[in-house]
Amino acid sequence: MSDDSRADSPAVVTEAAGVIREATGVARRSLLKGTAGILAAGMFPAVHSQEKIVLRYLGTAVNQDKAIAEKFKADTGIEIQYVAVTTDDVTKRAVTAPNSFDLIDTEYFSLKKIVPTGNLKGIDTKRIKNADKITTLFTTGMVAGKAVGDQGTAPKKVIYLEGEKSKKFATAPTQFMSLIPTVYNADTLGIRPDLIKRPINSWAELLNPEFKGKTAILNIPSIGIMDAAMVVEAMGIYKYPDKGNMTKKEIDLTIKTLIEAKKQGQFRALWKDFNESVNLMASGEVVIQSMWSPAVTAVRTKGIACNFQPLKEGYRAWAAGFGLPATLSGRKLDGAYEFINWFLDGWAGAYLNRQGYYSAVLETAKSKMEAYEWAYWMEGKPATQDIKSPNGDVLAKVGAVRDGGSYESRMGGIACWNALMDENNYMVQKWNEFVAA
Amino acid sequence: MSTTTTPSLPAAAVPGRSIAAWWQAAPFTLVFALFFLVPLALIVMVSFWDFNEYELLPGFTFKNYVSIFAGCGDASEGLCVTLKTYYSTLKFSFLVWLITLVIGFTVAYFLAFHVRSPGMQTLLFVLCTIPFWTSNVIRMISWVPLLGRNGLVNQTLVGMNLIETPIEWLLFSDFSVVLAFVHLYTMFMIVPIFNSMMRIDRSLIEAASDSGASGWQTLWNVIVPLSRTGIIIGSIFVITIVMGDFVTIGVMGGQQIASIGKIIQVQTSYLQFPLAAANAVILLAVVLMIIWGLTRLVDIRKEL
Repeated sequence: MSDDSRADSPAVVTEAAGVIREATGVARRSLLKGTAGILAAGMFPAVHSQEKIVLRYLGTAVNQDKAIAEKFKADTGIEIQYVAVTTDDVTKRAVTAPNSFDLIDTEYFSLKKIVPTGNLKGIDTKRIKNADKITTLFTTGMVAGKAVGDQGTAPKKVIYLEGEKSKKFATAPTQFMSLIPTVYNADTLGIRPDLIKRPINSWAELLNPEFKGKTAILNIPSIGIMDAAMVVEAMGIYKYPDKGNMTKKEIDLTIKTLIEAKKQGQFRALWKDFNESVNLMASGEVVIQSMWSPAVTAVRTKGIACNFQPLKEGYRAWAAGFGLPATLSGRKLDGAYEFINWFLDGWAGAYLNRQGYYSAVLETAKSKMEAYEWAYWMEGKPATQDIKSPNGDVLAKVGAVRDGGSYESRMGGIACWNALMDENNYMVQKWNEFVAA
Repeated sequence: MSTTTTPSLPAAAVPGRSIAAWWQAAPFTLVFALFFLVPLALIVMVSFWDFNEYELLPGFTFKNYVSIFAGCGDASEGLCVTLKTYYSTLKFSFLVWLITLVIGFTVAYFLAFHVRSPGMQTLLFVLCTIPFWTSNVIRMISWVPLLGRNGLVNQTLVGMNLIETPIEWLLFSDFSVVLAFVHLYTMFMIVPIFNSMMRIDRSLIEAASDSGASGWQTLWNVIVPLSRTGIIIGSIFVITIVMGDFVTIGVMGGQQIASIGKIIQVQTSYLQFPLAAANAVILLAVVLMIIWGLTRLVDIRKEL
């Protein structure tokens, strides 16, 4: 499969040359590629040296913004070719077809599956200009000097590798990072204040019979189970030692709670992708559901009231980052490093901050944002001018305050991280039971 | 399979034809083997493998099959997930089959026996295919704004003061799933039934009428038996599609309704390929049994 996708690639010439240099990998595969290289080189002898770099960027659609690719191309001449798949499929491709991309944008919790396969190459922090400015949330798990919740797959547990070709996570900081953080956020429930008409302050409200038939939960098992765990704790049913790594018994309990609620008709639907959650909320099919911050923004840009509601139990955080496939080398590798450096340099960070995400290097992003924007998005202050999204839609009027307040109060309120549990297989099986109930 | 074995029968009876017949069958045999038998064999093989979070571990174990039916022996807990899922999948197959059959037969009957001119027949037939000019998913999703809580149907009903509060079961329910399936797949019933109806010798119907049969008697004793091939072929289409579907059930059921296809999809996205393969093998066995049962009712090869 990976052979086919390689042969189809427009950059086959550089690739084939790269493979000959590498001289690693299965003999049959090199032979195939070598043949393709000779054929291609024979047909276009002159193109070889001027070949433009094209980076195939594998990730979810949410992070693949056209404007970012365009700006990067304008700045450096390197083309980004987006390959958009779902969260689960990113992992699947990283494990089964590591040659089908040059840059991966994936979540930290997926690393437990990808790193042991040896398909990722440690990123040399010496080649990353702003490496030491990456927020402490990732390197030490602290925000403003205070430790945040580290239940689940907190990035600090999986961000360092023992070496460039290591299949193991390092316990102390090293020169090699598994992923360079790109965007992250803390998720909570989204609500329709106009339809609920009262304050909401606890995760427990998701299963409140008051909203029967008007709630929804995420149908990505490894994330949905974490939301469910937040609800179970908020309802006072059980306190988990680690929500991000449940025992079989704890999984049974969590799923049982969900199934009981489902049987009583609590859920209107389950959602699996960004747009589904936006449509459910915007159409009024649901009034309270687990939701992602940009989805809330998307509902709001339609002129419909929607809150990304801070809750007293805290947030479920997630973080994504760039990784490099182990087979990447030569000019493409240089191109990938250039992209990562460019990404941390501020323009992209400011762009993401304006969408309601957070960028990995705050300092550079700040330099590319207006003072009033920074005050609204990062300091939790009321807007002194209308706040606009990167494509010009008004997101908040003068005087509005961001849901969840400042960076420190939101990211400082993390209760747990998206996780991959040791009992993941069992969990998926039980989740199927919930869907079937 | 039948294509590959058939030529050998006359070949034995008429010596000399053998080589040519084998050559004629060869291209299809090759395609069939390469794109169907080999992948199928791989699926069966993988279904006996072990796996962990990120690797398939070649070997031989019944673990996957055992875990699929885990808890199914225990009646006190109610049905286990697998049986519950098959029950729900079979329920949809049956409902959709029944409704598409009734609608498909009626439409085909109208086209074949009531529309007299061949030109008109062709025109109406093409009209039936128009919905197929847009993609499956789009035709399905377009139901959502229509059936929603604040959708067109509910707004109209509330506006006409027929109901006070919006009807909830229109969307994300068994109803919406069946509706979408019927909308999507009735055509697969119409085409084969229409095809076999067009082959019915019209003098048989005249003969029935001359012998004093009523309209219903003619329909039941002459037309239905003679369109049996079309009905069976259409049924095979509809049932196999619904048995394997996970997109329609997902979108129209609000992701809350189980289908065996959905379970396989979730398992493959979590790299549980051996489990998914085992599920696929079981699904294949169930579908083959249904098809086997249907083909007992009619010898398709003889009728075609």
